[in-house]
Amino acid sequence: METLISSLRITVATMAICVGGYSAAVWAVGQAVTPDTAEASIITRADGTVIGSRQVAQAFTQPQYFWPRPSAVDYNGAGAGGSNKSPTSTDLTERATETVAAYGATPENPLPAELAAASGAGLDPHITERAARYQVARIAQARNILADQVEQVIDRNAFSPGGMFTPDRLVNVLEMNLALDNVQIQ
Amino acid sequence: MTQAIIFVLFILGGTALLSWPFGRYMSWAMDPARGQGTPNGFTSIFQGIGGSIARQEQDWKRYVVSLLGFNVVLFVVVFAILALQQYLPLNPDGKEALDPSLIFNTAVSFTTNTNLQHYSGEVAMSYLTQLAGLMWLQFVSAAVGIAALAALARGLAGRKLGNFFVDVQRATFLVLLPAAFVVAVLLLLTGVPMTFSGSVVATTLEGVQQTIARGPVAAFVAIKQLGTNGGGFFGPNSAHPLENPTFWSNVVQTVSIIIIPMACVWMFGHIIGRLKHAAVLFTVMLILMGARIVATVGFESVPTQAFTSLPITQDVGNLEGKELRFGASAGPLWAVVTTSTSNGSVNAMHDSLNPLAGMMPMIGMWLNEDFGGVGVGMVNMFLYIIVGVFIAGMMIGRTPEYLGWRVEAKEVKFAMMGLLSHGLFILVGTAIFAVTPWGADTLNNIGPHGFSEILYEFSSSAANNGSGFEGLGDATAPWNIATGLVMLLARFIPIILPLAIIGSLSAKRRATESSGTLSVEDGTFAGMLTATVVIVGALTFFPAATLGPIAEHVMFMK
Repeated sequence: METLISSLRITVATMAICVGGYSAAVWAVGQAVTPDTAEASIITRADGTVIGSRQVAQAFTQPQYFWPRPSAVDYNGAGAGGSNKSPTSTDLTERATETVAAYGATPENPLPAELAAASGAGLDPHITERAARYQVARIAQARNILADQVEQVIDRNAFSPGGMFTPDRLVNVLEMNLALDNVQIQ
Repeated sequence: MTQAIIFVLFILGGTALLSWPFGRYMSWAMDPARGQGTPNGFTSIFQGIGGSIARQEQDWKRYVVSLLGFNVVLFVVVFAILALQQYLPLNPDGKEALDPSLIFNTAVSFTTNTNLQHYSGEVAMSYLTQLAGLMWLQFVSAAVGIAALAALARGLAGRKLGNFFVDVQRATFLVLLPAAFVVAVLLLLTGVPMTFSGSVVATTLEGVQQTIARGPVAAFVAIKQLGTNGGGFFGPNSAHPLENPTFWSNVVQTVSIIIIPMACVWMFGHIIGRLKHAAVLFTVMLILMGARIVATVGFESVPTQAFTSLPITQDVGNLEGKELRFGASAGPLWAVVTTSTSNGSVNAMHDSLNPLAGMMPMIGMWLNEDFGGVGVGMVNMFLYIIVGVFIAGMMIGRTPEYLGWRVEAKEVKFAMMGLLSHGLFILVGTAIFAVTPWGADTLNNIGPHGFSEILYEFSSSAANNGSGFEGLGDATAPWNIATGLVMLLARFIPIILPLAIIGSLSAKRRATESSGTLSVEDGTFAGMLTATVVIVGALTFFPAATLGPIAEHVMFMK
């Protein structure tokens, strides 16, 4: 009985401090110091409608846009997940065959592997710089603009996520597509 | 490859260095009365909160009874929150009632510091459930493990064990809470969200509706990593771009996974007053974990087998189930540290690791002591030490001793029971589910990889790890109940037995160590201990490994 009472007293104390106090303190720091990312980096149009989150991939299938990596959950931002297929699975070969066809990849111009492999959460907002350059010709043709103009968008957006630890530069797919469409955001 | 090596050394070396001062701090926080030191003022506050029972010195039985009673309360409180979430506040997205067997599994899972998740957080759980139910247990269940280690170490030092109710508060308020706040702020700075607003509905550039779940993530993730809990706010855990948005948030989280398990070894050394012995244990653990990291990074640098027949570049490692922002070696490194430490969070899908790379996390969970869960990892290692010194004593024909305590049949029996029960839960559970529809109907992959999914799930439950080969359709009543029972037994047996050993040892007269005593501070002891761990582990689990990942590798990898 004493054990129970003591446990309940500690329950109340830890709930108050580790749940109430701690959560409120972390929330307050977030609102004060990083208000944008604390709210999940939401992007809105000039008219106030929401386009998406900078941090979360969204589906792009039209030829005039950069395409993100494949998603096992069709870019469901409210139910994320990976394929969970073994790398030896024939299901992956079938899925990748469709991806290869969509990009029109050939043995002379093979598809970068990161565009064939689905990400862990199905919401990876990035592709590598080389995967972006792989798509330049299609986008330029669909928009009827010079390849150089598309290349410039990549140049402006490429970044190294971990400095000296990450040799491959990445680009954010949604941010590049916003730049291509020249969308005004708030 | 050079970057991969530098990255791994940077993370491991940096964390090992940090663990030294943190271990010192933990020994001050957990054991202020050691030697001639003055008790810190917190002790009387914690005695006040705990009530009259918190003022008693406890023997091992009372300590265990208090620990178990406390856990019953944790389970009941969170069971109630889970069962009533649809009626409770802080539920902006209107999450509904949960299935009873899932409630049982989840309450057990978080009480036992496992955080096996047969649900997807952003789909099933309200913000109140996530914070007051699950995050609360991430604090106090981790504190239970640290308390158990502190009591064990005091017993080995020949002192009274202390009081559970004071210890659990010391671990919660003095160790976990300040560390979690620091890590949560670092996570905010590296891009992790912390909001109480509900999900957002977006209209994408192509005009499609996308609902984006979010929530109070930063606070949750900090203690999830520090307490070797591992339960994700979102379904895909730290692979989710809102749970782990940048390269640097990934660095902060990787360090947070291993810092306290490492520091626990130093805390143990401080309390028993044998830092050189702790350094030997630390080295053994680091070597066992380091070997698996090297192997996993190597195995995972092989390109995705399923793509080899297609016009796809073969110049990068396997990227299925991985996020690009963390860099090439971050996934394999994390896969090893999260399973070495009974954490169980993931930043890549383990189901999609190459076959032998996917075996390394399983080995980590089978051994479960380098560095192991907060507190309990070192407690598990104590069982291997007892067996190791017994075998060594037999080999050289001396009475086996550990720190001056004579190790005899009773202690060795208890230690072996603890170690063998681990194998029993994993192998019997896997065998039953592999031959019945309970397991066979829930697989996401065929052949040996399907077997690996079952083997992994039971390994994860028995190691109180919580990661999974997540393709497995484990949200069924048989899985919920079976893994729930395994988690309970596998949590408390390896806490009770070591404390029982302490009870048995401390009834004996302690010998003074002489030149004839087998040293616990040299390379011979390190080699003996490593061999004990490897041989016990290999004898128990190698046959199962050959049916799963090894068979898959031989059959399919060219």
